[in-house]
Amino acid sequence: MSKEQIVNKDDLVVRFAGDSGDGMQLSGTLFSDAAALTGNDIATFPDYPAEIRAPHNTVAGVSGYQVHVGSHIYSSGDKCDILVAMNPASFKSQLKWAKKGATVIVDADTFTPEALEKAGYKEDPFTEEFERAYTIVRAPITSFTQRIGQDQGADKKTADKSRNMFALGMIFFLTNKTLEKTFAYLERKFAKKPDVVKLNKAVLTEGYEYAEKLELIHSKIVEVAKAEMPKGRYRNITGNVATAWGLLAASERSGRRLFLGSYPITPATDVMVELSKHKGLGARVFQAEDEIAGICSAIGASYAGALACTSTSGPGLSLKSEALGLAVMTELPLVVVDVQRGGPSTGLPTKTEQSDLNQALYGRNGEAPLIVVAASSSANCFYWAYNAAKLALEHMTPVILLTDGYLGNGSQLFRIPKVADLPSITPRLAKPNDPDYRPFRRDPETFAREWALPGMEGLRHRVGGLEKCPDGPLSTDPENHALMVYNRQEKVNRVANYIPDQEVKGNPDADLLVVGWGGTAGALTLAVEEMNNEGKKVAYTHFNYICPLPKNTGDILRKYKKIVVCELNNGQFAGYLRTQFPECTMTQYNKVMGLPFEVGELKAEFERLLEK
Amino acid sequence: MERHFVPKTDAEYTKIDFTSDQMVKWCPGCGDHAILASLLAAFPKLHDKKENICMVSGIGCSSRIPYYVDTYGFHGIHGRACAIATGVKLANPELSVWVSMGDGDSMAIGGNHLIHAVRRNQDLDITIFNNEIYGLTKGQYSPTTKFGQVTKTSPFGTIDYPFNPGELVMGAQGTFFARTLDCVPALTTDIMVRAAEHDGTSVIEVLQNCMIFNDKTHAAITDRAVRDDRTIVLEHGKPMIFGKEKNKGLRFNGRQLEAVTIGENGITIDDIMVHDETTEDTGIHMMLAHMGGDLPVALGVIRNVKKPSYTQLYERQMDDCIANCKYKCVDDLLNSGDTWEV
Repeated sequence: MSKEQIVNKDDLVVRFAGDSGDGMQLSGTLFSDAAALTGNDIATFPDYPAEIRAPHNTVAGVSGYQVHVGSHIYSSGDKCDILVAMNPASFKSQLKWAKKGATVIVDADTFTPEALEKAGYKEDPFTEEFERAYTIVRAPITSFTQRIGQDQGADKKTADKSRNMFALGMIFFLTNKTLEKTFAYLERKFAKKPDVVKLNKAVLTEGYEYAEKLELIHSKIVEVAKAEMPKGRYRNITGNVATAWGLLAASERSGRRLFLGSYPITPATDVMVELSKHKGLGARVFQAEDEIAGICSAIGASYAGALACTSTSGPGLSLKSEALGLAVMTELPLVVVDVQRGGPSTGLPTKTEQSDLNQALYGRNGEAPLIVVAASSSANCFYWAYNAAKLALEHMTPVILLTDGYLGNGSQLFRIPKVADLPSITPRLAKPNDPDYRPFRRDPETFAREWALPGMEGLRHRVGGLEKCPDGPLSTDPENHALMVYNRQEKVNRVANYIPDQEVKGNPDADLLVVGWGGTAGALTLAVEEMNNEGKKVAYTHFNYICPLPKNTGDILRKYKKIVVCELNNGQFAGYLRTQFPECTMTQYNKVMGLPFEVGELKAEFERLLEK
Repeated sequence: MERHFVPKTDAEYTKIDFTSDQMVKWCPGCGDHAILASLLAAFPKLHDKKENICMVSGIGCSSRIPYYVDTYGFHGIHGRACAIATGVKLANPELSVWVSMGDGDSMAIGGNHLIHAVRRNQDLDITIFNNEIYGLTKGQYSPTTKFGQVTKTSPFGTIDYPFNPGELVMGAQGTFFARTLDCVPALTTDIMVRAAEHDGTSVIEVLQNCMIFNDKTHAAITDRAVRDDRTIVLEHGKPMIFGKEKNKGLRFNGRQLEAVTIGENGITIDDIMVHDETTEDTGIHMMLAHMGGDLPVALGVIRNVKKPSYTQLYERQMDDCIANCKYKCVDDLLNSGDTWEV
């Protein structure tokens, strides 16, 4: 290919779509890894069905994986520049995610009359109108792959498994990337299966060469701008792995054993799966018989002195409610990771949403305050998991960390920190044989009690769900109950003294303040940035500390005439802010479709508000 | 696998050392007092370091026991004592963890946790106070209430078939099950000591009397006048003899257990079964746990089988993983795999 054919772009979105099991997640991951290794910033977003292998060739079984690469990437992108559709069902369900004018690559061999009918097509989908709107590439992926398979003596089933490599090869050509890094990956991954390595490498190369020979798409080769990132060592990481590693780092820094008691639940399971690999680093992982046993075992482990955690998603958090109250009452450190998904009930297990906020804030009987924080990118799940552990251990309280399916399953570049550079963590351990030890004696500044661990001499005591007096014994005295309720609330309120001020980004002098929290930061940041670049003044503040809020929150909100609170629910954070700052008028922008925000829809809403 | 984790002490404790300063608030005459006394008598015999004992309970009258024992204690929420205890033991295997629950706590709301704790065989000592009623909520039927019994929530008689805790434990592949009565505290203490010595989950069922809401529910076997004829105290390696005159015994007739009288119909001591608590097969133990009606209710250690405990397996796996870990610290993990310098 000649250089003049190459178009330079700031960013590019590629979406891989196929049957669950077609290897689309792997294609996407290999592409994002290759892009990251060649200097691009990246973000990925898997969009997969709840069923493991829904019927072949049906719309229900389509699994997608979107990769956004470029010079500065905040989100996985709205719509794609290149769509790969491995069968008619994927084409049908995913075309809506392609930009007008996008390059659409399909496996032409799969567009048989039967498959078209199964996908719900009555006529040929490639109408003239379609062909005018998109660059369609009908690649004979299955037949080419099977021919290579035959040449190498592989059976048809094995050959078919490498169809994804053909598509990936084409994408590598279209994005002007070389194959070496992926070769190396395949050699590592299938080290014990040299036949598989050989086959996949051949198919990958064939895909690349096929695209090279195809005059049709030569005008579409894109060189994506490299990212300008702070110096350092980088890796690709998903939010769930980052969460697990943040907890490991907190355990090492605090000197407390890490305990995770959890029950598998989509999309949070990978936190437990990841920690299960790291018993060698001291992670004590327990797969409990249910969600309740998950949190109760963690509470027991916390009583015994561990950095105790449980990971779950919405329905699991509901099951843990009573036990969360027990953790509040016993004033034990506990980290609860809620990787939110679409609800209520079973809802949309594989889709993202921010609708557990009310549950996190209020979902317990009695006056049961606790700390709620939220991560806002896949990579910063590491820091928020670490921070959640630090807050729990230093303030002797349960902490709920809200992430979501988008952050948890999505991936991003992660600048690798040194554990020694992270903020220190000082658990509030009691001193053995302290004659003045009382179970609910408090630090005068933080109101946190001391942590006396079974095994320590001279500190035997009892805790439990019944109300106690500060000295430890049970008490049903009305005045005492009022005092203890106050103390538990005040302890959480005072956490505000230990967290940084809330920041305003974008143009602080704007009339419109955009408010977001948690996993929507990517799309909101980009929307606000683009608006300001276009000369439309917008200010933006994004919350990670939810309860308590940073102390200057009210000062910020009171400064703006127009406030729009954007979230993936029906307005739970907006409602929470209104109860605390009734003097502020806030509008809402909500989306409850199981999908992340798109930059385009946000900008349209902000423009509408500016004109109002 | 023979690895023990709870540190021992030479200190000679007495029951005073384990008696807390809290007022015991059970009803006068409640069977719970006797169970507490048995426990306070058992602890000094164990020579476990006092600081390393941790009592965990759920909700109900029985679950108040952590307040009355001067050890570390955790009074949990309804049904979850086993789950909490599991976390305590996993976080620190050097703790001797004792779980106290009632029949409702352990087999209704907490049934799932009980069977899974038993299945795992973690080193927990579980005591079930079985009074066949919900006492603290004032008299509703429980999972062990006798079929047909009239209670506050079964004014026309229960139509629920009751659980037999022993059968539940064996169904879950339990390794230790014993049964005792609140009114035989010496036996209860002996059983508690045996339970503590067992590596794995030990379940002790105490048939306990609730004077207020289910008085005399066990009277048919516990009354002094009939106790010796209606119960049998099993001892490992000894013939299964019972009765006031010590002349009755149990025999397996090829299909089921039957009670026979020595000296009648040519029966001699040699015809009487010898108790083996260690057989891995649950068949005979299940039959023994099931006895009642025409057969005496089995007391004592019915089953005590050696099998690596979850605690032993877990700690061995942790040790192996740590010894063979390719990462020395979290920094190594963060920098593992594909990374690159910018």
